[in-house]
Amino acid sequence: MQTVFKRTPTLKDCPTHYCPGCGHGIAHRLVAEAIDELGIRQRTIGIAPVGCAVLLYDYIDVDCIEVAHGRAPAVATGMKRTSPDKIIFSYQGDGDLASIGAAEILHAGHRGERLTVIFVNNAVYGMTGGQMAPTTMLNQVTATSPKGRTAAEQGYPLQVSEIMALLPGVIYVERTALDGATGVRKTKKAIKHAFELQIEGAPGLALVEVLSPCPTYWRMSPAKAMEWIKTEMAKVFPLGRLKG
Amino acid sequence: MSGERVLMCGNEALAEAAIRAGCDAYFGYPITPQNEVAAYMSKRMPEEGRVFVQSESELAAISMVFGASAVGKRAMTSSSSPGISLMQEGISYLAGAELPAVVVNVMRGGPGLGNIAPSQSDYFQATRGGGHGDYRTIVFGPSTVQELVDYMALAFDLADQYQMTVLVLADGILGQMMEPIVFEKRPGRELPPKDWALTGANGREQRIVRSLWLAEGKLEEQNRKLQAKYEQICRNEVICEEYKLEDAEVVIVAYGVAARIARSAVNRARDEGMPVGLIRPITLWPFPTEQISKAADEFRLFLTVEMSAGQMVEDVKLAVAGKAPVLLHGRCGGGVPSVDEILDIIKELSLSGKR
Repeated sequence: MQTVFKRTPTLKDCPTHYCPGCGHGIAHRLVAEAIDELGIRQRTIGIAPVGCAVLLYDYIDVDCIEVAHGRAPAVATGMKRTSPDKIIFSYQGDGDLASIGAAEILHAGHRGERLTVIFVNNAVYGMTGGQMAPTTMLNQVTATSPKGRTAAEQGYPLQVSEIMALLPGVIYVERTALDGATGVRKTKKAIKHAFELQIEGAPGLALVEVLSPCPTYWRMSPAKAMEWIKTEMAKVFPLGRLKG
Repeated sequence: MSGERVLMCGNEALAEAAIRAGCDAYFGYPITPQNEVAAYMSKRMPEEGRVFVQSESELAAISMVFGASAVGKRAMTSSSSPGISLMQEGISYLAGAELPAVVVNVMRGGPGLGNIAPSQSDYFQATRGGGHGDYRTIVFGPSTVQELVDYMALAFDLADQYQMTVLVLADGILGQMMEPIVFEKRPGRELPPKDWALTGANGREQRIVRSLWLAEGKLEEQNRKLQAKYEQICRNEVICEEYKLEDAEVVIVAYGVAARIARSAVNRARDEGMPVGLIRPITLWPFPTEQISKAADEFRLFLTVEMSAGQMVEDVKLAVAGKAPVLLHGRCGGGVPSVDEILDIIKELSLSGKR
């Protein structure tokens, strides 16, 4: 028998707490695979967000820290500036990065911090029960936009990657989607590249925005959720390399 | 300048003292009246090959401290009252994650934006933890620039020893005032290895720095551990000065700059034949409860002098525990008590024979 696929060592062999069809499990695996393929497990430090991925350290077997909501890029700054030989990545959701941590990510990029940021955008606050996020789509019904988001009431979906790409201190921005096998492969490539830049000592921040399904709070089947990324989310959040 | 007398303002002196104490990284955001700290650090830290970052906010500054501390470095920030309020988030997380940090608060008048005059009105915030959750920070209340220098080294040592935040509570006067000081090299404490620091899982198991404990009973257990540490600190780390307590009838309790004024009032009162003494807490948490309780057995009256509407007076009352009257002379909103004001109160007390 030939082994064509196996769990990468840095991904722990355990069940996750994620809902069926959630994208975090895939994103975690891709991060772990990138770490192993680049041989950086022994010098990597992961930063868990506040949100569904707060237990990141239960699944990814590297040194990890749990930080206040949105502050990961500031914590990462404190780490990287004092330990420049370490590979620091933050893993943040859209509430964490695009809302409460908007200042921290903007200024980490602005300062050109040499970090790798994995930004998982699923257009809702998952952990707290599916509230509206800055990235929630127009007309999307959430726990706090029961009639659907309207531009007049709640503004438009926030395109963080486009903003980040404007900053000279940000050297690489790519938006990918966990919407099928091709999207997963592209995401893996982007995440790996974002780590490679830090390993090379490239002068600035690398960010990968990953559009990710949340079937539970989108009230869809997992298959339908992946479809919704393609047909709806990708229209507002265009896929591809924005910078670098 | 080691060993020789130099003239420096408090803010610059504390910065230099932190560098000499082995501070690896300073993160800060501008706010008056402590801007000289960051300005000094921005010049000196790179000279020493260490880290200086001007953060985008106090939220970020304390989070940067959190990050630097987590990788095992000595990190600090400084700010003034409104900025320290913003840092409470990070200070609570530092407590939860048991990470060492040194935070300097050069207090100004509040509440709100208040003013930029000296104040001691952050005493409650400093000594009660300040942020959410059951936790404490060690708090120093130095009263001279020399003390500010001397306690910086101890602040870093205690932070590392107990894996917690040590707060140095100065005020606008102390930060701005120039005084002759000596940087003396004192032997530091023997410190435990940082076997919790995130340095990369190289040849060892993964390390996790966290403050989230979801399993039933786990967070209570973690809190008990913190409380046991705090009890140990209360037993071992109280520092306070007693001044002219012999045969005193009135004991003034004051800290920081207010204690300097109180000391002058004690001297003047003694000159005029009034038996007055001073107890000066140097650690505000742990508070010198035992010392004050003991004094309450011997002396008839306590007068707390502070630059707030009355905050430390609550700790004095808790320590005195009803054994003697505790009065307050508090100036707030940037007001500074004068020696004459204090003397007038003492005279009135002696005349009225209050007990």
